[in-house]
Amino acid sequence: MKIVMAVIKPFKLEEVRDALTAVGVHGLTVTEVKGYGRQKGHTEIYRGAEYAVSFLPKIKIEVAVADAQVDRTVEAITSAAKTGQIGDGKIFVTGLEHAVRIRTGEADDAAL
Amino acid sequence: MKFIRPRNVGLLTLATTALYSASAFAQAPAAAPVADKGDTAWMMVSTVFVLLMIVPGLALFYGGLVRSKNMLSVLTQVLAVACISMILWVIYGYSLAFTGGSAYLGDFSKAFLSGVTKETVNDGGTIPEYVFFAFQMTFAAITPALAIGAFVERMKFSAVLLFSILWVTCVYYPLAHMVWQSDGYLFKLGALDFAGGTVVHINAGIAGLVGALVVGKRVGFGKEIMSPHSLTLTFTGASLLWIGWFGFNAGSALSANAVAALALVNTLLATAAAGLGWMLIEWMVKGKPSLLGTVSGVIAGLVAITPAAGLVGPIGGIVLGAVGGVVSFFFCTTVKNAFGYDDSTDVFGVHGVAGIIGSIGTGIFVSSSLGGVGVDNYDLMTQLWDQCVAVMVAIVWCGVISAIIFKLIDLTIGLRVPVDAEREGLDITDHGERAYNM
Repeated sequence: MKIVMAVIKPFKLEEVRDALTAVGVHGLTVTEVKGYGRQKGHTEIYRGAEYAVSFLPKIKIEVAVADAQVDRTVEAITSAAKTGQIGDGKIFVTGLEHAVRIRTGEADDAAL
Repeated sequence: MKFIRPRNVGLLTLATTALYSASAFAQAPAAAPVADKGDTAWMMVSTVFVLLMIVPGLALFYGGLVRSKNMLSVLTQVLAVACISMILWVIYGYSLAFTGGSAYLGDFSKAFLSGVTKETVNDGGTIPEYVFFAFQMTFAAITPALAIGAFVERMKFSAVLLFSILWVTCVYYPLAHMVWQSDGYLFKLGALDFAGGTVVHINAGIAGLVGALVVGKRVGFGKEIMSPHSLTLTFTGASLLWIGWFGFNAGSALSANAVAALALVNTLLATAAAGLGWMLIEWMVKGKPSLLGTVSGVIAGLVAITPAAGLVGPIGGIVLGAVGGVVSFFFCTTVKNAFGYDDSTDVFGVHGVAGIIGSIGTGIFVSSSLGGVGVDNYDLMTQLWDQCVAVMVAIVWCGVISAIIFKLIDLTIGLRVPVDAEREGLDITDHGERAYNM
């Protein structure tokens, strides 16, 4: 099993969820985050005060999938979240040792 | 308020009294002045409108501009300072401001409303003295509340309260007396101030600036991001200020008459011109027209038209408003940064600067050749000089005494919260509560 973690542009969340559902991923966890990368930031001006805002709002998605599903999942996120502009985000894949569905006690692949 | 030279007031009063007498037949010729129902109704509404400017208007306007950890401290400070000013007003404030005494201060003859009854009326004689007392009370309440915006987010709550007590006593009451009481020094000089350009706005702006200088900058000022936590609330507060300002300006006619109507028109047009003025200059200079800029322009316009509201024509009002908006923009963005002081909500940049422009500009646009109501024997240079004297008296009186008050507080109970408390936020450290629990 793997955890696929993606940091994407906030307005792409619905498209990514649709794409993941289409490839059979039925659960995901979403967090509102801020990030700093090549997109840099922007300037905000409040009367005389000008601030360089470095951290931009992003959405972090975490999905737990079976090993066989990893490629399809990454592909689905990539195609749905892509705009071609700097700041589209990144995908990280890490190993997952164990998973349990709390309601039934099912474990690992059966719990996903 | 009682702005115009006595002869003009006399004319207005005469007209109102004549109308009133015509409708009420069989009035004894030498009867004591009786309050006019229409005037009284309008002035009671105006009084409550000025209260609306303070809570929630000003409180939200300032509150939205600070960081979320200090939201409640700003709301509490504005509310508490206004409450203190109201209580002091009945104890001795009204008496010190609006009794004979000397040219600089009244006496204690009306302390605790002594001699004020249901039968007594104001100076002009058309509203109950209770209403005049209450209307003026709201002015005394909003002025120190305006000033504290300059040093929010770092001054101790107890210091803010002590400041408000000492400041209204030593600065506000004398200045209100000098400008609005018929024996007052600036009143007799002939300086025009329709609704409080000197007494309220220059006064609050200077006190704020002095306070900001004495207490010092916020920790991290110029290095950390201190963006306003809710411009939505700032917009809401500014809008309520604009609405309430009709009580402030049109109410200062002290009568429901054509002067009030002119003040109403000016309070719309000058404000609109100032909002556009700030927005356009910001668009040109900074690249984007911002909401905060536009509402700041609106407030600057309201301030600039305050001393002029019932005295200048609508076109003069538009010019005053636009100039007030543009010059305030310049002060809040360029001058403040050049000097590096931390006037947190731009009390000086908006109220002080636009107040000075309005007060001096009133001397120009009051001229009947420029569409104003005119004053007898008008001479531009004489009137301008009188206006400048009033502005200088307000600046020096308020500046010197405010500096002494702040220093005194600093040496006794202390002005500033500890650095840790400032980092944590005054909502938790001063008040033990949080604005937003989400």
